[in-house]
Amino acid sequence: MSKAPANIVDRPLSKGKNEINISSFAFLFSEMIQYCQDRIKAGHELEKKLSDMGYSIGPRLLELLCVREKNSKRETKLLGILSFIHTTVWKSLFGKPADSLEKSTEADDEYMISDNNMVVNKFISLPKHLSSLNCAAFVAGIIEGILCSAEFPARVTAHNVAVEGKRFPKTVILIKFNPEVIERNA
Amino acid sequence: MSTFTFLIIGKNDNPLYEIEFPITVQKKETYVHQYIAHGSLDIVEEHVWKSNNMYLKIIDKFNKIQISSFVTAGHIKFMLLHEKKDEDAIKNFFVEVHDLYLKILLNPFYEYNKPITSTAFDAKVRKIGTRYF
Repeated sequence: MSKAPANIVDRPLSKGKNEINISSFAFLFSEMIQYCQDRIKAGHELEKKLSDMGYSIGPRLLELLCVREKNSKRETKLLGILSFIHTTVWKSLFGKPADSLEKSTEADDEYMISDNNMVVNKFISLPKHLSSLNCAAFVAGIIEGILCSAEFPARVTAHNVAVEGKRFPKTVILIKFNPEVIERNA
Repeated sequence: MSTFTFLIIGKNDNPLYEIEFPITVQKKETYVHQYIAHGSLDIVEEHVWKSNNMYLKIIDKFNKIQISSFVTAGHIKFMLLHEKKDEDAIKNFFVEVHDLYLKILLNPFYEYNKPITSTAFDAKVRKIGTRYF
């Protein structure tokens, strides 16, 4: 009978594929939002706080997924990293790829990933005075962490976009890359 | 007996971890090795965009010392200074240390891009180093 090694460096890297209960996640997420609510002085800072929480998860997720899913290959192209986020990251976080990846027609450096039904917002209902708030700012923070650590610096934000015929808006994650990324990719 | 120096460099060219094999090297040589490794960071930056492999093989030379590099997905650079040329052993060494680095990263109390101070990590890297070199 052997004991499991005590130290994390001695244990093998876990294979992932763990699903957790959505109620547990929703409970944790609601606590995170309440924690942020208590510590802000102005209304718009809530999204920033959630984004910062996600920002520290980004690099870890990127490194882990690259080793597990992509057999240790880095991304060097803009479209490559965007499609990595759109499929691999979404699948590992939410169990399915994102709904769409689009390039903005107005600006050269903006891309949008949209999801009709964000898992993190499933149990959140927004009061009238906060209707522009989208708690997927947390997910936007994760994406910003991934992009910045992969050397594609960008500003990432989450927005509610109304959909015709549906009662609830879909979430669009807007990614605005820094100019040096566009230059390098040209 | 050839010496090897291994460094992990973070996002702002800040050193996260350093180790020398064997451990009996003098202070003066340590400084020279650090200087050489930091000097070849520019070359690593160029090579990083040319291929999407993590292992970049030998990228630079300084007198008799050759520098190999391995860049992770998050652009953390592993640099190895060596005299002999043993690509397979070096690649396996990098892959094993990358695995250890991932485990340290997953610790939520480890701040990204800060020096690695875990003694267990240090002990493990020494063990892997003596096995390969």
